[in-house]
Amino acid sequence: MEKAKQLSVSAIKNGTVIDHIPADSLFTVITILGLEHISNQITFGTNLESKKFGKKAIIKVSAVYFTEEEINKIALVAPAARLNIIRNYEVVEKHELTLPDEIEGIARCFNPTCITNHEPVKTRFSIISQKPLRLKCHYCEKITDEEHLTII
Amino acid sequence: MNSLAAKSLVSINDFSTDEIERILDTASRFEQSPPGKILDSKVIAALFFEPSTRTRLSFESAVNRLGGRILGFAEAGTSSVSKGESLKDTILTVSNYSDLIVMRHSIEGSARYASEVSPVPVINAGDGSNQHPTQTLLDLYSIKKTQGTLDGLNIFMVGDLKYGRTVHSLLMALSNYNTTFNFISPAELRIPDEYKLFLEKKGIKYYEHDDFTEIISRADIVYMTRVQRERFSDPLEYEKVKNIYVLRKEMLGNTKENVRILHPLPRVNEIDRDVDDSPKAYYFEQALNGVYVRQAIISSILDVL
Repeated sequence: MEKAKQLSVSAIKNGTVIDHIPADSLFTVITILGLEHISNQITFGTNLESKKFGKKAIIKVSAVYFTEEEINKIALVAPAARLNIIRNYEVVEKHELTLPDEIEGIARCFNPTCITNHEPVKTRFSIISQKPLRLKCHYCEKITDEEHLTII
Repeated sequence: MNSLAAKSLVSINDFSTDEIERILDTASRFEQSPPGKILDSKVIAALFFEPSTRTRLSFESAVNRLGGRILGFAEAGTSSVSKGESLKDTILTVSNYSDLIVMRHSIEGSARYASEVSPVPVINAGDGSNQHPTQTLLDLYSIKKTQGTLDGLNIFMVGDLKYGRTVHSLLMALSNYNTTFNFISPAELRIPDEYKLFLEKKGIKYYEHDDFTEIISRADIVYMTRVQRERFSDPLEYEKVKNIYVLRKEMLGNTKENVRILHPLPRVNEIDRDVDDSPKAYYFEQALNGVYVRQAIISSILDVL
């Protein structure tokens, strides 16, 4: 029998593919990257078979290359995701996501009495653990965990 | 070179063990022989966005005795904050009028933020439930002065170990010494796991107890804190435990000769009044030590030693 060889989500000519997103994180990734507000062509698929997760999701965005800050946002909510840069239908770069030791301006401190929730101060966290995710606020020194994480 | 010159003090972790010991040595020198008017011509701003009589008066006394000038406000109601001014604007303005800012604020992280926007150094005199490093330094000074060392002591911490910021900062600072901790608190106010993990990582021994009547004989330092009714979700729970965490004079009977009772004050009823007469009661001297320690901190930061 001929092996079915068809892309579940069609290829893009130029842009970025975010692969290996856990299926339940797909819409979070779309939201934090603000993809619903851009006019570029975006295709995505979810609940695709994955050896790693059982079910994975994939997003392909035409003619968009993400900034480091955006990549860090993805790393926060889907650390196992992979980023592929596509030029002329070819993968020219592959990135595994790694969280830096410190992140700035991308997550909110969960502590309602933290200065970052009272004055226009850019948030800053050191990552004290990736699994489970634990962020220590540079200002109030309280720990924000995955359950209380809000991406700005 | 004075590594403390022009440095802000926001969290006890901002100072190295070496710097902490230098502060304690300077404070001891000031206590033994007052250094005179070394802050002459210096202006210190004390911005108390949240009232704290004790800490503010201690800072004022420290500065006045060294001949410095102090200006500021004792509560946010008498400052431009009541008109809606941002913290950043207040700090930038006040830094024009002073060589150093001492501030207390109810918002956590406010002192760190102020130290980042201010061109002059900032000393945190308490930011909400977060840090109060000058209290920690005066606690360390009191311990060293009464025990002759910070090494190898058996430290009892009693009362509210969950929310008490003085307990947390003191614990962090003492973890650099070979300390044994005994934590005595009601179940609802136990020391948070993050501090236990921290101690485990550093190989520091600690024990948790519900009561301390039987074990107090082992203590070198008993650090008492207030158990506040409003910390309990169930008022009945408070009623059940409120008397367990009270230090009474008869409990001191079998204690070590060198034991000293510390308390960050204000005390409500967690130390019986009759303990005050015991030579082992040290909380009022502890408050006096705050003046020497704050003098040492300010003089080191302003580099007038």
